[in-house]
Amino acid sequence: MDFRHVDTIIGKHQEKRTALISILHDIQNRYNHLPEEALRRVALRLQMDPNDIYGVATFYKSFSLTSRGKHSITLCLGTACHVRRGPKILTEISRQLNVKPGQTTKDNMFYLQVVNCLGVCAIGPVMVVDGEYYGEVNSIKAKRIIDKLNKKRGRVNS
Amino acid sequence: MRKVKSISDLEKWKKYIISKQKQYEMVVSVCGGTGCSAYGCQNVKEAFQRELRRKKIGEKVALKYTGCPGFCEKGPLVTIHPQNIFYQRVKAEDVPLIISETVQNGRRVDQLLFEDPVLHKKIASSQDIPFYRAQMRLLLRNNDLIDPTLIEDYVALGGYQSLAKALFYMKPEEIIEEIKASCLKGRGGAGYPTGKKWENCRKAPGEAKYVICNCDEGDPGAFMDRSLLEGNPHSILEGMLIGAYAIGANQGFVYVRQEYPLAHKNAEIAIKQARRTGFLGKNILSSGFDFDVETAKGGGAFVCGESTALIASIEGKVGEPRSKQIHTVTQGLWGKPTNLNNVETWANVPLIIQRGSKWFSSIGTEKSKGTKIFSLVGKVKNTGLVEVPMGITLKEIIFDIGGGPQNGKRIKAVQTGGPSGGCIPASLFDLPVDFDSLKQVGSMMGSGGMIVMDEGTCMVDVAKYFVNFLKEESCGKCLSCREGLKRMGEILNGITEGEGNGESLELLEELAQVVADTSLCGLGKTAPNPVLSALRYFRSEFEDHIQRKKCPAAVCTHLIQFSISEENCTGCGACKKVCPTQAITGEKKQIHSIRNEICSKCGSCKDICKANAVMVQ
Repeated sequence: MDFRHVDTIIGKHQEKRTALISILHDIQNRYNHLPEEALRRVALRLQMDPNDIYGVATFYKSFSLTSRGKHSITLCLGTACHVRRGPKILTEISRQLNVKPGQTTKDNMFYLQVVNCLGVCAIGPVMVVDGEYYGEVNSIKAKRIIDKLNKKRGRVNS
Repeated sequence: MRKVKSISDLEKWKKYIISKQKQYEMVVSVCGGTGCSAYGCQNVKEAFQRELRRKKIGEKVALKYTGCPGFCEKGPLVTIHPQNIFYQRVKAEDVPLIISETVQNGRRVDQLLFEDPVLHKKIASSQDIPFYRAQMRLLLRNNDLIDPTLIEDYVALGGYQSLAKALFYMKPEEIIEEIKASCLKGRGGAGYPTGKKWENCRKAPGEAKYVICNCDEGDPGAFMDRSLLEGNPHSILEGMLIGAYAIGANQGFVYVRQEYPLAHKNAEIAIKQARRTGFLGKNILSSGFDFDVETAKGGGAFVCGESTALIASIEGKVGEPRSKQIHTVTQGLWGKPTNLNNVETWANVPLIIQRGSKWFSSIGTEKSKGTKIFSLVGKVKNTGLVEVPMGITLKEIIFDIGGGPQNGKRIKAVQTGGPSGGCIPASLFDLPVDFDSLKQVGSMMGSGGMIVMDEGTCMVDVAKYFVNFLKEESCGKCLSCREGLKRMGEILNGITEGEGNGESLELLEELAQVVADTSLCGLGKTAPNPVLSALRYFRSEFEDHIQRKKCPAAVCTHLIQFSISEENCTGCGACKKVCPTQAITGEKKQIHSIRNEICSKCGSCKDICKANAVMVQ
């Protein structure tokens, strides 16, 4: 593995142990997950025990040690989204993509995750696709959003 | 951007900014908050940019991309100042009309105004809209006037004046006395007196001290901290500066949860600008006081909203809480005295310093002073952020401000206090809202989430939701919390699946007590609250699930069945098209029916049916 990007990220945070979580966020943004070699490099540069870094990487939900799909679909299931039938949307998306929350589709296109609140409760249920927010989602709207992404991908492939 | 080196510099700069702003005859504020983003406010802003350029009136009309005015449900929101015309549900296509009518000719565009749901009258100004009328907006007042990425906007509205007053006209002890006299209590949930916390931290031995701003707003259904940090980040920094000066700290941290990217970004921008202008750094305003702030990002762990877990997280460690026998004000971040307050608490500080503790403590009830921001969400007509004086009743919030139920349904409860709180039944809606009254009825203030529930909400399902939420978020340190919540979840799952029996509720209550009594941190200690309050006020719903195997709210899929009303079905075929399991049969223009044996009970048919023909039992 080429450590240049990892080193740049660590340098950006001035090799501070305090910045470990921020460093891991940046690495994950760059590689879509936390590669083991990158974590070992972080341990070396921050002079930390790799076990401690592994502990942090597995404790916080936003980190993933395995590769995530190209598109990320985040469904909010906070209380407000829950009472507005968020769980039904999850059932529909899971069925459509054939994945459970925290999993990536077999073709590596979609990563589905559920979060406990995105703080956009006034317009729930909320779904975020590749950083773009959608409000007042229902299972039909969710299906349309995913269909649109699938179509786009069909065009790119053909 | 200039360097502000003294009070007179600040005064001069403020005057200069105001004189610059006066060249604009009008200001168009487009909400750039996360809520409005979901409705495409970015496009609206760009449309305004294009149109102003095209009509060559950009020199007379300022365009601001502001923080959240709170009425998220009606987004994207656009306000025209100084006329204070409030447009809602604005689309990019509406922009040329707003420019030609309102901006150029001073006429209102009626179809974009809010319509009173009862009188069907159009309302032009936001303060006349029922949603805003009963509010007292002190902390949120500037959200739609400020571009959070411009420090100038904050300074023009009197920003950093309280800091100047604190640094030059008050001793640290006097500031603490002032905060104590104001009776400000922490807005994060527990309601600990802020002045007392500051005093304890000031008195704690040690040279290096820290202040922390907690923006790990993990309570699901709450987003006031996000809106404050996103929309007016300098007010938080000013609060922290005053606090740090009073306590004797020179370094601060703003801990932002990872789910709030815009709040984090705006906080970073604000910090950079404050450093460049000299409000952060060495010798601030030549007072001899040094202070700097950094941001720290969370990683999606609810428990990190707890102070000791948050501190561990800033240290770059796993976010596990520790015993609070030694308080964080004595030994916090890296073992040093640390004062941690919530975003909304910090936002109150500049106001108290500016207007005085007497003024502040004149608002609210005997023991709870000031205003509180609530996020009013769920099954209520008007959803959004609501800032009200303490002591206002739940009824006023839910019915006068919130406009009552959606779709004519009956509201049966409101959930406050997040996973540590509870459900308050509609029969108690005359309750004045403050720290003590909510506790008395088995809930708590929490950070301010208010999730309204109607007859379509199953209270067993809500109790199950919170237990499963906390089970997942438990850090696993204490056995009672880790295992107890798991078992409670299993019992509740069983009840919703029709497998509850005569002993289920008794066992549930016993377990709840053990978890509350034997867990270390607030997460476990308060975890049984949602279950216990649901049992206290809605026991009959639990009994319906257990004895009659029925879910009265028609939510628990194992206990419900879908069918199509022959009377209402128009045979349009929409339900058949969306059904994921092909469980719906029927020819076009004929009455459709559902085959229950293959129905997955997803509810898509009910969502799409325009004739309201899909019934749930």
